[in-house]
Amino acid sequence: MPNHEALRVELFDDRTELTLHDLCRVFAVEERHIVEMVEEGVLSVIEIDTTEWRFSGAALRRARIALRLERDLGINLPGVALALELLEELEQLRRTRQG
Amino acid sequence: MEFKDYYKVMGVARDATEAQIKQAYRKLARKYHPDVSKEKNAEALFKELGEAYEVLKSPEKRAAYDQLGSGPRPGEQFRPPPDWGSGFEFGGAGPGGGSAADHSDFFESLFGGARGPSRRGGRGFDPGRGEDHHAKVMLDLDATLQGGTRSFTLRVPQIDAEGRVSTQEHVLNVQVPKGILPGQTIRLAGQGARPIGEGTPGDLYIEVEFQPHPLYRIEGRDLYLNLPVAPWEAALGATVKTPTPNGPVDLKIPAGAHAGSKLRLKGRGIPAASSGDFYVVLEIALPPAADEKAQAAYRAMAQALPFNPRASLGV
Repeated sequence: MPNHEALRVELFDDRTELTLHDLCRVFAVEERHIVEMVEEGVLSVIEIDTTEWRFSGAALRRARIALRLERDLGINLPGVALALELLEELEQLRRTRQG
Repeated sequence: MEFKDYYKVMGVARDATEAQIKQAYRKLARKYHPDVSKEKNAEALFKELGEAYEVLKSPEKRAAYDQLGSGPRPGEQFRPPPDWGSGFEFGGAGPGGGSAADHSDFFESLFGGARGPSRRGGRGFDPGRGEDHHAKVMLDLDATLQGGTRSFTLRVPQIDAEGRVSTQEHVLNVQVPKGILPGQTIRLAGQGARPIGEGTPGDLYIEVEFQPHPLYRIEGRDLYLNLPVAPWEAALGATVKTPTPNGPVDLKIPAGAHAGSKLRLKGRGIPAASSGDFYVVLEIALPPAADEKAQAAYRAMAQALPFNPRASLGV
């Protein structure tokens, strides 16, 4: 059904703080899975003075790519972490070559 | 409906072993994965591949598919035979193909789209809540610079009471947040899937990418423009017109500028509490020596200037 009124949206940027529970809900995965991603360095936790983990909005993109690479290519988490690092480097190189 | 040759899609022989099929899938999946590939139509190729693999990796589905023979000639119309599918059982679909919306009409005519509403385990957060949906859209640079409303059309699978899948268009008018950056995600509350039975709908998460702009490129919050200048403008300094996203401005080129010199227009990048900057990177454009007058000017310059551009190379 078309919506004619413009929908208000919530932006996840570097000021966003997401909890572990938020991430689990967004991707419908178990906590253990996200915890493993943090342990492998796929996702990083914002260092703040609280006992609960917080993630920035950028974690959403990394987690999505990681989950898809795991699922579609059968890569384990250390492999995913490496792929993400190389992808980032590649993107950086492509950008500077453009300029 | 067009017949799809799944063996051809995967580049394997009709008598390929399970191991060969898996190997072919992995290899092609790495090549066409939308998060990795730079192929132009990676998304479409990856979907086609996922569909082919979903059929060929399942012994039941593959046997049923093989029953069709090699199908009509490419492009010919295809209808499943009337006794299609009898005597076969189809288990739940595994991962690999994405959501049911990814399937072609050909696939759905053979195997239907019936599949549970949940993709992965780990649900059970809110039983009465619909599934969250994920999508990706392309934005224009103006949307982040000015903010404003943009309209997107997403394809959403609908599963009816009998388990049939159809695709509906979900048209969304979205208030784009000013200053949004490529790779960032927005949430549209209540625009995800409706739950089965009573409850609240899930949310829709949209990751944004930007269409490449013909003039500007984005780096973080900064914008970059390559600006051609004439040799004398760079050498002597000049005030030249340069385009910016807010319209042309006069830019002062300092004397002695060279190719690669970066000039900064502070705060004219992507807006934020501390906005990005706009960088102009100079390129020296040579005037063509097409006629006698121009050639004479170059010769005069050669004579007047004791200049060796290769001095740093030791020759």
